[in-house]
Amino acid sequence: MSTSNRNNKGLFRTLDWYVVIIYLLLLAMGWMSVCGASYDFDQTGMFFDLSSRSGMQLVWIGSSLLLAGIILAIDDRVLESFSNIIYIFFLVLLAITPLLAHDIKGSMSWIKIGSMSIQPAEFAKFGTALCVAKVMSAHDFSLSRWRDLFLGVSLIILPMLLIILQKETGSALVYLSFFLMLYREGMSGSFLFVGVSAIVYFIVGVKYMDEFLWGLEEINLGRFLTLLLIYIFTTGMMKVYGQRFLSVRYILWGGLLLIASSLVIARYVYPFDIIWVQLALCLGLVIYLLYLGFRNQKSRYLYIALFALGSLCFHYSVNYVMENVLQPHQQMRIRVLLGTEDDPRGAGYNVIQAKIAIGSGGLKGKGFLNGTQTKLKYVPEQDTDFIFCTVGEEEGFVGCAIVLLLFLALLLRIIWLSERQPFAFGRIFGYCVMSIFLFHLFINVGMVLGLTPVIGIPLPFFSYGGSSLWGFTILLFVFLRIDAGQKQRER
Amino acid sequence: MKRYQLEKRKYVIGGLTVGIVLLFLVRLFSIQLLSDVFRRDADSNAFLRQVQFPSRGAITDRHGKLLVYNQPAYDIMVIMMEQDGIDTLDLCETLGITRQWYDRRMREIKDRVHNPGYSRYTQQLFMSQLSVEEFSRFGEKLFRFPGFYIQKRSIRQYQYPYAAHILGDVGEVGPKEIKEDPYYRSGDYVGTSGVERSYETYLRGEKGCEILLRDARGRIKGRYQNGNFDVAPIPGHNLTLGIDLDLQALGERLMKGKMGSIVAIEPSSGEVLCMVSSPTYDPREMVGRQRGAVHRRLSAIAQKPLLNRAIMGQYPPGSTFKTGQALTFLEEGIIEPSTSYPCSHGFHFGNLTVGCHSHGSPLPLLPAIATSCNGYFCWGLYHMFSNRRKYPSVQAAMTRWKDYMVSMGFGYKLGIDLPGEKRGMIPNADFYDKAYRQSWNGLTVISISIGQGEVNLTPLQIANLGATIANRGYYITPHVVKEIQDVPLDSTYLKRNYTMVQRSNYEIVVQGMRGAVTGGTCRAANNPWYEVCGKTGTAQNPHGQDHSAFMGFAPKDDPKIAICVYVENGGFGAYFGVPIGALMMEQYINGHLSPASEAKAEEMENKYLYNPDKE
Repeated sequence: MSTSNRNNKGLFRTLDWYVVIIYLLLLAMGWMSVCGASYDFDQTGMFFDLSSRSGMQLVWIGSSLLLAGIILAIDDRVLESFSNIIYIFFLVLLAITPLLAHDIKGSMSWIKIGSMSIQPAEFAKFGTALCVAKVMSAHDFSLSRWRDLFLGVSLIILPMLLIILQKETGSALVYLSFFLMLYREGMSGSFLFVGVSAIVYFIVGVKYMDEFLWGLEEINLGRFLTLLLIYIFTTGMMKVYGQRFLSVRYILWGGLLLIASSLVIARYVYPFDIIWVQLALCLGLVIYLLYLGFRNQKSRYLYIALFALGSLCFHYSVNYVMENVLQPHQQMRIRVLLGTEDDPRGAGYNVIQAKIAIGSGGLKGKGFLNGTQTKLKYVPEQDTDFIFCTVGEEEGFVGCAIVLLLFLALLLRIIWLSERQPFAFGRIFGYCVMSIFLFHLFINVGMVLGLTPVIGIPLPFFSYGGSSLWGFTILLFVFLRIDAGQKQRER
Repeated sequence: MKRYQLEKRKYVIGGLTVGIVLLFLVRLFSIQLLSDVFRRDADSNAFLRQVQFPSRGAITDRHGKLLVYNQPAYDIMVIMMEQDGIDTLDLCETLGITRQWYDRRMREIKDRVHNPGYSRYTQQLFMSQLSVEEFSRFGEKLFRFPGFYIQKRSIRQYQYPYAAHILGDVGEVGPKEIKEDPYYRSGDYVGTSGVERSYETYLRGEKGCEILLRDARGRIKGRYQNGNFDVAPIPGHNLTLGIDLDLQALGERLMKGKMGSIVAIEPSSGEVLCMVSSPTYDPREMVGRQRGAVHRRLSAIAQKPLLNRAIMGQYPPGSTFKTGQALTFLEEGIIEPSTSYPCSHGFHFGNLTVGCHSHGSPLPLLPAIATSCNGYFCWGLYHMFSNRRKYPSVQAAMTRWKDYMVSMGFGYKLGIDLPGEKRGMIPNADFYDKAYRQSWNGLTVISISIGQGEVNLTPLQIANLGATIANRGYYITPHVVKEIQDVPLDSTYLKRNYTMVQRSNYEIVVQGMRGAVTGGTCRAANNPWYEVCGKTGTAQNPHGQDHSAFMGFAPKDDPKIAICVYVENGGFGAYFGVPIGALMMEQYINGHLSPASEAKAEEMENKYLYNPDKE
């Protein structure tokens, strides 16, 4: 009795109230947005009416707070020791979900418990974060070892694949955010560079896929630019990771000069496919790197050669993927996002309407419940994935800025809290939480603002729905509980 | 060491986070604060601005009799999404339309090129301007046609079959008007002729606007801010015309079966008391859906009933013009009242002869006016145009003469408040220089002195001449609108326009015109109640029978009415012009016709100069 009393008092003092206050503020603003987004002219009842979405969201908020309380009451070491079991539980749950699920808009990710539908994918992130933190915090674990890196990445990829099977690509992509945590924990920055390069190749390659340099049918603009980038990136990597004696500058400028003169010939003398020159250059570079690698017995040259070759393969497979792997609506989304396709009635509709709704908010917004675009249902999915529109329209730039700055404060605070953890477990878990929130924020708000592809993932604490709200609450409060527990024990 | 290096990566991750938030803020800044486009797009998304049409101003006659008012008409609207599965045959039968018409109309509605505002969820115009009778038949069965709705609007309605040319009508606006005046939208109505057109800006009022909220599927979800931003329509101004409806009605009755015009003016105010143009039409026909067909039928008729002859017909004024000549000669000192000229069955000079009827000779001015002597006025003009002491050349004399004519309101539009007025024709020196290669003199143009030859006036200008003489030297620009509700009348219609002739000379001409009534060509206009002054006109018409004209006013010393009667192919002025003019003046001054006059009116009404039934 007395122990638990002291414990509670300690928890009250050691709990990070900044995060809790930000959490509560975001919940409050989120609920207002759901009210605005789900408000209907025909609505007669109040916002607390359980038949309305605003009323139901209040139930989710209330139960989330209860859940937060329960989590804070549990000893964090219990969670740590059960992490493997929790992870396996969620893997099994994810695996059987498609079998139990009923189809909701083509997604097989919802299972029904009584009258409630829940989405296991939203909770699996927590299980994954917990398990990854546990495994990686082992004192002999090092990401610079291939075996350990493989283990860590596998733990992340496994639930991701299971979610893809549920046709819930958006939720699966969230798991990519764990790579940010891996970066913090020592994964080589070159992995991130490779990832960013892949995105750049993809965007450039697809955006200019159907265009031709100077209208010459011989030279595909997308391919030309991508090969140019591959050459520059590879030489860049040689400069960063290579030995001092290498005169990368001459290789880079010599190659560019060759490409430029070939361009002049193709333009004015004899039109030919300049790609062959570029391919030859890249392959020459690869051979040179292999030679360097074997002569100096340095594996880093082999990796750079692998990067160059991989880049080429990646680029050539992008076209194939675009045309043969992606579904038509996904292709359309990508094209619309890259601006090569204008489709106001189809894939572009959401984004256009979202921009109109936000743009019409102006500085101060139209006021609570006065948003015409959201009230009149111009923005599809406005109370879930496109909830940020309501903020933009009704609360204006000021409201949006407040929300974004609250998120920024939350994320920076989590980074700060993670860094002060005495043990790797808390730090890794904290970075997992932070990375997940950042990914959701980046993709969700970016999509509403027309900056990122339309990927249906919720905005934490704002989007309507119990599963996601519970999922985010669990992530946040488990971390707070770990942090508070460490501080308690420090004393 | 290694741990420390890895810890530095928190700055990379923190920086990435800050960068993303900054990127979002910049993006938000640019779409929310730098651009107005999205706000406008949002408004056009959500707001349906429903125009509230003002009621058009009513039109009454000078005694307050309602002539033009608004009547409810009904448009049938359809919402495509709701109208599935109705009995099309029944619908067509009820509305009196064919199946083909129905199919074509439905195709037109769905055609986004011609109907850009089309939506399956909103009301589309199916059929417009149903009368109350047509509507009531449809209204009873409306419940059988889900998806069909009725929208009330108002159309112009005319109380009497008279004054069609003055009142004019309204029709749908054309692309030109829409382009020139931002007030109009496609489908609006605008005055197309008569007062409806010239007073359009007063009659139409100001449109109101109701802002409705429309959801993503085009359904109306209510009023914006409970209608706080709605603008109520402002009804148009009512007009009171100078027209006396009874006089107008009598005029139209008397002109039945004849082509021509009657214009009566109140000299003291310039108000037009009646303006008859014959043949005319019933304005009540030009309403609703049959308007187009009636308009087409009327424009095909040879006698041109749509033409307002009172202001568009340009006729030789004949002898009515002699009063203007007498005034000019007197003012210029060419003649004095006592000056006598010979007339032996006309004016003879060398080979040139202008014929005249038998009367005493030589004779002075007053009997010359009374008997309408051609010779007298030919001599007058001859003496004026050959007076080289006063005018250095015939051109100078001509210019002087023209200035007199223009000061009396001839040769240019008078500026009446009706569209389409013609200016008539007063030749000037240049005109004859060109026509006769500079070799001409008073004799060449002698016929202008008796209102023939190149001279043309509109009936309005002749009536205005009467008003000027009645006023002894000035006129007020004739106008049909006496009063605009709440708006002062244009100052043009209040100002006196003085001619170049002084009052004393007018008194002389008035005496001459009185003489014409007491003992000259207008004896039929004489009556025991008040003193009438008049002047006949018999205008030669190269295409056929002479035109019969009369210009006069009464009472002589306190003129209440000045009138011009012009009957095409009516022969002598005394045949049609005088009796019609006399009846009109009696009606206006006495307020009714005596039994004897009524009998005359009936006789006149039945004198047809063409067969109006044979169109």
